[in-house]
Amino acid sequence: MELRGRAHKFGDDVNTDYIISGKYKFKTLDMKELAKHVMEDLDPEFANKVQPGDFVVAGRNFGCGSSREQAPLALLNAGVSAVLASSFARIFYRNAINTGLAVVECDTSGIESGDELLVDLEKGVLRNLTREKEIAIKPLPPFMLKVLADGGLVAHFRKYGTFNLD
Amino acid sequence: MGKTIAEKILSKKSGQDAYANDLVVATVDFRMGQDGTSPLAIRSFEDMGGEKVSAPETSAFVIDHSAPSPLEGVSALHKLMREFARNNKMLLYDVGEGVCHQLMPEKGHVGPGSLVIGADSHTCTYGALNAFATGVGSTDLAAALISGKMWFKVPETIKFICHGRLPFGVYSKDLILYLIGQVTADGATYKAAEYTGEAIRALSVDARFTISNMAIEMGAKAGLMEADEKVWEWVRRHGNGNFEQVTSDPDARYAQVFEYDVSSLEPQVAKPHRVDNVSPVGEVAGTPIQQAVLGTCTNGRLEDLRIAASILKGRKIHPEVRFIVAPASRRVFLEAMEEGIIQELVRAGAAVVTPGCGPCVGTHNGIPSDGENVISTANRNFKGRMANNKAFIYLASPATVAASALTGVISDPREFLPKEVS
Repeated sequence: MELRGRAHKFGDDVNTDYIISGKYKFKTLDMKELAKHVMEDLDPEFANKVQPGDFVVAGRNFGCGSSREQAPLALLNAGVSAVLASSFARIFYRNAINTGLAVVECDTSGIESGDELLVDLEKGVLRNLTREKEIAIKPLPPFMLKVLADGGLVAHFRKYGTFNLD
Repeated sequence: MGKTIAEKILSKKSGQDAYANDLVVATVDFRMGQDGTSPLAIRSFEDMGGEKVSAPETSAFVIDHSAPSPLEGVSALHKLMREFARNNKMLLYDVGEGVCHQLMPEKGHVGPGSLVIGADSHTCTYGALNAFATGVGSTDLAAALISGKMWFKVPETIKFICHGRLPFGVYSKDLILYLIGQVTADGATYKAAEYTGEAIRALSVDARFTISNMAIEMGAKAGLMEADEKVWEWVRRHGNGNFEQVTSDPDARYAQVFEYDVSSLEPQVAKPHRVDNVSPVGEVAGTPIQQAVLGTCTNGRLEDLRIAASILKGRKIHPEVRFIVAPASRRVFLEAMEEGIIQELVRAGAAVVTPGCGPCVGTHNGIPSDGENVISTANRNFKGRMANNKAFIYLASPATVAASALTGVISDPREFLPKEVS
């Protein structure tokens, strides 16, 4: 799975209220509608700026806070293909994999907004094309990679009818 | 090699001899979703090809986050939940029953040794009853409704040993805020926390829930405690008590062990906009507040309301403060009325709202205005949490919130508490 796009850089502890505020998420199941408000408390222009395939790049503890799956879904529906962070909060991490949003744990300190990045999850490669640098990434456990490759847990269940760890 | 509580419960429920970092698929004892997460779970359930809920008698939906509905769109989602629950013979706790994390223990659905998932991050609350309970997303819940199972990475455990007794006017909320301030908001990410020691054992079960509830605010997957006599008494009072407790082995391996002497701890406040931005109340005392909130899954229990009433009895809150009270459940509401607590709070100037989550999560029931300060017994003070990103949220114990509602500024509750209810 090769992903290529531009980086949008955020800081540490980006919580799920910042990704999509609770005031929107209870109103609708329309993720395109929620996507219009993604990250708006941190960057009101983000939803307009983001291009299909782009990456959200952040520091520590990305996605901390609530269990809302609307967080990865709003990012996906805004066109974000992956989130790169130095660490993730665990429920967001699960939800991202379950919904098919790639999550990459790596040192993000050398990435700036606008950098063009290339990620290959199977090979475990991240390249900053703008700065011509390779960045080491923490590999995903095989089961999570499999769910992601299936397109998320919904597609995984459609395929196998249950959890398939083999 | 010995095992932690987390390793034991996940081994037992998966049928594997599991240790930290193993990936297991385990049978879940109870599944729960609330109105912010269940509609998406229903959609995932259908998209997955789900035909029926595999264990409907141990699966519940709770309508608490936006209840009663303030908007048409929300009403449609509530209706979707009611129909799905009815068609699948699941349990449904509707508007007014209370906050999911009060109801799951109160209705006897969880107890010592249980493995529980909830599509809400504060599901870790039931760790106080010695249950491995963890928050998941909607698709996880859908998969668990279909299969009865769930995938888990067995977490490492951090042990917190709290020595001594909490002093007068200092509560379990102050203790957990202090611990979060010490280890920070991601100090226990991917790990389980075990809370133990004399200070924990001395607490009531109500007070222990507050600590386990906020385990997620240090990033933890579960906030576990031992099951002692107090837990068993509580569980029997709220259900059939048909559970099997789990204890950690003396030679279990911990990722870290932290020890604290809490006997001189002061009331704590988490300042905007981070839960780990914690200081003793003295540092922020005098900060004007426009709204005070007593309630939520963290501190909306009988004991919490009782403490607030002991401060406000026969007094009037500050005229420039709105004081919102949301009992954690209908049962708590009724018990508080029987004790005369609600009457005292209302006479003091409280606006009592439906048992539920509303004010904490910004769906309704008290959205602050620009530039306003709120002091709340909730568990999160993120910018925008209460639906206004220009408001400022301080988190504190029910005593500190009540004292602050009284004075109109953040106040040390020890000056206002009657001496007998320490």
